[in-house]
Amino acid sequence: MKDETRHRFKNKTLPLITMISPVTVWLLLLIAIPLLYILVISFASTDSSHNIVFQFTLNNYAKLLDPTLLTIYGNSLAVAGLTTLICILIGYPFAYIMARTTPFRKTLMLIFLMLPFWTNSIIRLYGWRTLLGENGYINHFLVLTGIIKEPIGMLFTREAVVLGMVYTLIPFMVLPLHTVIDKLDRSLLEAAGDLGAKSVKTFFYVTLPLTASGIFAGIIMVFIPCLGYFFVSDLMGGGKSQLIGNVIERQFKESFNWPFGAALSIVLILITLILVKIYTKVGGKVDDLGVV
Amino acid sequence: MSNKAIVQLNHVEKFYGENHVVKNLEMEVYEGEFLSILGPSGCGKTTTLRMIAGFEQQSEGIILVEGEAVGNKEPFERNVNTVFQSYALFPHMNVFDNVAFGLKMKKVGKAEIKKEVLKTLALVQLEGFEKRFPSQLSGGQKQRVAIARAIINKPRVLLLDEPLGALDKKLRKQMQFELKRLQKKLEITFVYVTHDQEEALTMSDRIAIMNGGILEQIDTPSGIYDHPKTKFVADFIGESNLFDAVVEKADEDGIVLSTEAGFVYGTGKGFREKEMIYLSVRPEKTRCSLSPVDGFSVQGFIKESVFIGTLVTSIMVLQNGQEIKITTLAGQPAPVVGSTQYLYWQPEDAVLMHSASNDVLAAVDNVDLSGYSADAGMGGLG
Repeated sequence: MKDETRHRFKNKTLPLITMISPVTVWLLLLIAIPLLYILVISFASTDSSHNIVFQFTLNNYAKLLDPTLLTIYGNSLAVAGLTTLICILIGYPFAYIMARTTPFRKTLMLIFLMLPFWTNSIIRLYGWRTLLGENGYINHFLVLTGIIKEPIGMLFTREAVVLGMVYTLIPFMVLPLHTVIDKLDRSLLEAAGDLGAKSVKTFFYVTLPLTASGIFAGIIMVFIPCLGYFFVSDLMGGGKSQLIGNVIERQFKESFNWPFGAALSIVLILITLILVKIYTKVGGKVDDLGVV
Repeated sequence: MSNKAIVQLNHVEKFYGENHVVKNLEMEVYEGEFLSILGPSGCGKTTTLRMIAGFEQQSEGIILVEGEAVGNKEPFERNVNTVFQSYALFPHMNVFDNVAFGLKMKKVGKAEIKKEVLKTLALVQLEGFEKRFPSQLSGGQKQRVAIARAIINKPRVLLLDEPLGALDKKLRKQMQFELKRLQKKLEITFVYVTHDQEEALTMSDRIAIMNGGILEQIDTPSGIYDHPKTKFVADFIGESNLFDAVVEKADEDGIVLSTEAGFVYGTGKGFREKEMIYLSVRPEKTRCSLSPVDGFSVQGFIKESVFIGTLVTSIMVLQNGQEIKITTLAGQPAPVVGSTQYLYWQPEDAVLMHSASNDVLAAVDNVDLSGYSADAGMGGLG
């Protein structure tokens, strides 16, 4: 009887391969193969008409040591670092209030956080340009009210790029933070208070260490995309602010030097992997990042 | 144990929005005693504890700790510490740091902290566990850490919120014993919230019974068991045969009462004729006989007898359908199943309680009921 049931069950169930193969094919076609291709061409070179010549060379990687490129890498890391820091400083209180407030306000805050996502981020960044530009609303208002005489050049600065990055990426800081703060057992805070810790001490001895995993997850979620979001520095920084993402984009779209662009990408991927490795080393879980 | 109050609650009320969870609470905790607050879930016992601890603000009334009103004081400004139901150990700190937390906040020197922590861990029999993290401890061990973390601060009052609720029965027994030992040794006042009446009866010097936000009775365990003041207490603590009755005749010899099933007899003071009362008799004080007993006219037939270890519990069904429990010691002659018998008891074994409905009648008719005191603990209309 039991055998028969199992037999019937087995016959009615699709073979395992049919269930996992769509995902596998998807991952292979759209991620593994392109990545492998990037890796391969990063060791190739181009001829005079920009065709890829498959001949092993380390030239692309040697070119990475160029001082201008190193400056751009440094610049990118600085922008990403600053963006992440600002995201933590704004995101943590936001997430904390969100986790502790009434359900209605929580929903409201979540809507404010998520609603902009329904619009393309490039369009939203254009919105910032109309606000910050020389003939933008802010300058217009400031001149009109006589606070300033000449419009200030707010757009096309590194600060504008950071602003754009923070604006685009802050939900990725708030959401993992909200998750850990929400899960934090309130009786732990009460216990700390009971044992003599004032609210500031409770925060640094209990709340912060217990929500650090959310901060780490947020850092990963903000810092890494920040290195690659070339369109933000394009729109907010104009030509002035060059980030590594812009350099890579240009290799593929303008210079047609795919092998060099590939080498730059590989380095970026390596930086990402190192960061994720550090994240898991300090106790973070890859699952919490929501990327797998 | 003295009769000096260390915690006093005067007319304390607590509302959560529309919910009136603690109603006009008057209670004193004596210095050095083990007081349990007992009641079903939602009776306001945990809220009461949390108001003493300072995690909740009372809506009205005054709470005094060591004679000082603590209404505006933060939890750490009160000389009380709490052992939480869920232990609330800091998961990112090891046992040593958990226990040391309170002293560290008070900026005690490192050497002193170490000495005190080791001493306290020895007291709860957790020597050698300093380096372990809460996740590496069993429930009982976590509980000991939670207790150590609270008592290291040498509070005058230790508040315990169902501290043994998550432990299995055997461990619970053992911890009950240890808590009692600790309390005696440290001479700290314990206020212990529980819903387990057996736990309250075995551990406490006094028990406060709460129901629906009202303090029903506060007394010693034997006082509560033998002289329940309200129907709820009689029903909640142990087993009871409860009757609604009317006083037919009250004099020095005793009180004749009529119930739905017939006349019974009891004793008591302050009961008037025609007053509606509740009557409670413990199953072990309830007897039955084949021949009528003077003063009793209640008959019933024995439906079944169940043997429970050293006791036999028999169920007698009265004419009105009410079931009465009668326990006899195993080996003693138990009532024969199927026989019709007369119910009786020693008049002094019956506990007579004023019924809350008398308060209504008194209020409506403005009748002078000075014959008995209305504060007999039944605040049913409070």
